[in-house]
Amino acid sequence: MLSFIGRSVIQKIITLFFVSIVSFLIIHLAPGKPSQVDPLNPKFTPEIVERFRKEFHLDKPLYVQYVYFYRDLFTGKTVSWKDNQSVLGKIWERFLNSLPLFIVGTIITWTLSFPIGIRSAIFRGRFYDRSATFFSYLLISIPGFFFAYILIILVVTRFHVPVIGMETFGLGDASGLRLVMDRVWHLLIPSVLGATGGIAILSRYVRSQMLEVEGQDYIRTARAKGVPEEQVHYRHALRNALLPFVTMFGLILPGLIGGSVIIESIFSWPGIGRMAYEAILARDYPIILTVNFISAVLVLAGTFVSDLLYLVVDPRIRL
Amino acid sequence: MKRRSNMQEFRQLLRQNRLAMTGLVIFLLFFCIALTGLVLTTGTNPTFDPAIVRLQEKLRPPLSEPNIETLRPEEVPGLGMYLFGTDDLGRDVFARMLQGAWVSLTVGFVAVGISVLIGILMGGISGYFGQNHVRVDQVLASIVLLLGGALLVLGARSLGVGLLIIGHLYIFFSAWSKRIWRGRPIPRWMRGFYKDAVSIDTLIMRFVDIMLCFPSFFLILTVVALLPASMYNIMIVIGLTSWMGATRFVRAEFLSLREQDFVTAARALGVSDFRIIFRHMIPNAMAPVLVSATIGIATAILTEAGLSFLGFGVPPPHATWGGILSDGKRFIFDAPWLTFAPGIAILIVVLSFNLFGEGLRDILNPKLRERS
Repeated sequence: MLSFIGRSVIQKIITLFFVSIVSFLIIHLAPGKPSQVDPLNPKFTPEIVERFRKEFHLDKPLYVQYVYFYRDLFTGKTVSWKDNQSVLGKIWERFLNSLPLFIVGTIITWTLSFPIGIRSAIFRGRFYDRSATFFSYLLISIPGFFFAYILIILVVTRFHVPVIGMETFGLGDASGLRLVMDRVWHLLIPSVLGATGGIAILSRYVRSQMLEVEGQDYIRTARAKGVPEEQVHYRHALRNALLPFVTMFGLILPGLIGGSVIIESIFSWPGIGRMAYEAILARDYPIILTVNFISAVLVLAGTFVSDLLYLVVDPRIRL
Repeated sequence: MKRRSNMQEFRQLLRQNRLAMTGLVIFLLFFCIALTGLVLTTGTNPTFDPAIVRLQEKLRPPLSEPNIETLRPEEVPGLGMYLFGTDDLGRDVFARMLQGAWVSLTVGFVAVGISVLIGILMGGISGYFGQNHVRVDQVLASIVLLLGGALLVLGARSLGVGLLIIGHLYIFFSAWSKRIWRGRPIPRWMRGFYKDAVSIDTLIMRFVDIMLCFPSFFLILTVVALLPASMYNIMIVIGLTSWMGATRFVRAEFLSLREQDFVTAARALGVSDFRIIFRHMIPNAMAPVLVSATIGIATAILTEAGLSFLGFGVPPPHATWGGILSDGKRFIFDAPWLTFAPGIAILIVVLSFNLFGEGLRDILNPKLRERS
């Protein structure tokens, strides 16, 4: 157990090192320079560009820049090239905005996909199962931005509530309930959108897991000895089918920072995805690289957690 | 019972799977539409000109008749009416959709083609030659070569060229080394260099792990935004960032295939590795790759639409479905057809690929085949 943990931690650190190199190279070898300026802007004189290059070590060779950048990142001193603010501080602030979306989206995904998946496994091949299958393909295939506009049109024309942004501007003196409802509406639509793909994929996965377990011998035994159907499904089958999903708690970790770029820009939601998008537009390399690095860390941590959970949950796995 | 050929059985199963059949039919239809769209919207005097601006006819709803009196003869839309309406510049949305269909189709196919090619190459090497080890001297030589190349690119000319020359000299040396040593014992200090360092399989799979760490849409967005805007860049970038799944599938198939009797028999007959891989193993390993490629096309089309929507797609005035939707988002209440026409088109095409891919998975599943 301990040797497994040690080995995989070392392996993940090596992977992370290469990820940092690859992402650094991708960004810096792409055509165009961050110090490239608009020639029409009178504020950018060659002297200022020179000072900018010097300040952010852009005049040094690439490997020196690499060392400088990751030294700054680990000591928490990286600053954005746009406004000289601390990158980690900016990310933290945006992360707090994205967090409610992530939490509500995850709750919606997990509470909806299990009942749907289990039900379509029980009614395999019948109308419910076939329509659930079709709808999950529909949800996987629908472009997020298109679905977003359908929902916006629907909600705005039907319920007459504004949904863009985090809250309606200028509601300061409204009553408590209205304020809360306003926040709920603003939160709900983007969260539902973030959850659609997850619901479709997860419910299919639940269904296939259930079907696999239902085909096992011990389920037939349970039926043969006269256990009521309800109990066969929920006590014998479901509990065994749930096993792989415990490990998925680890795999949702990267979603914390993933934050959909498209959905956040449609809804003007000041989250991480939107910040990353703005950083890309502004060629703000420190932010792009930091977001990339943190998400790589989360992916690796997620797989690590899910491996560990598997070890804890499934007694058949021995190291 | 008469044995049916694989192809007949495939067709039989496809006909039974209604969703997959629908997917295939829609896909073929889409292919024809995209091809005719390409023919009808290009050239000097196209039937449907997606670029004509008619400011007096802006935001006309679908199926509306044009005002013939106010238009010059060459400005009259192709079908005599605006099938999908017009946008805020009075351009015919139907013509623009036709033009955009070809972009979606090529981006989907070329990107997936690139990723499948890389996947087969990497997965094949990893699955077939994976047990071979890279020696320490080979690792050192490739590091020297890479460093030399990098230094040359970064400007340190003399050092870079020097390292490159050393690396190449070493390659020639090791190519001849068998003849030089010829049975003589290798000196002790050299032996460390000839140790096995790492297996090829580990090397490639770690590389896959590294690539999987990147958040894919964010990475694609970053690279596409930094590169000059063009359709080819988008295809290449999507292809280069989505080969990991295909690699894993091909590797897994190769690992199981190379243990099978027909491969052993081929090897016993003295068939070359190259021929075994291309004639015997790849045709047998294609099933899961085909399935993942079909679903990959759907994902690539969605990714391209997302990029166009964010404004990083094919540069204007060329129309793309994501771009039409993005232009129409300011008018979602006044002109919803600008949102719905491209949105539903993307939805149907992506859905057809997904359905066909899933159906293909069922059909190619050996468990299902044996039963029928």
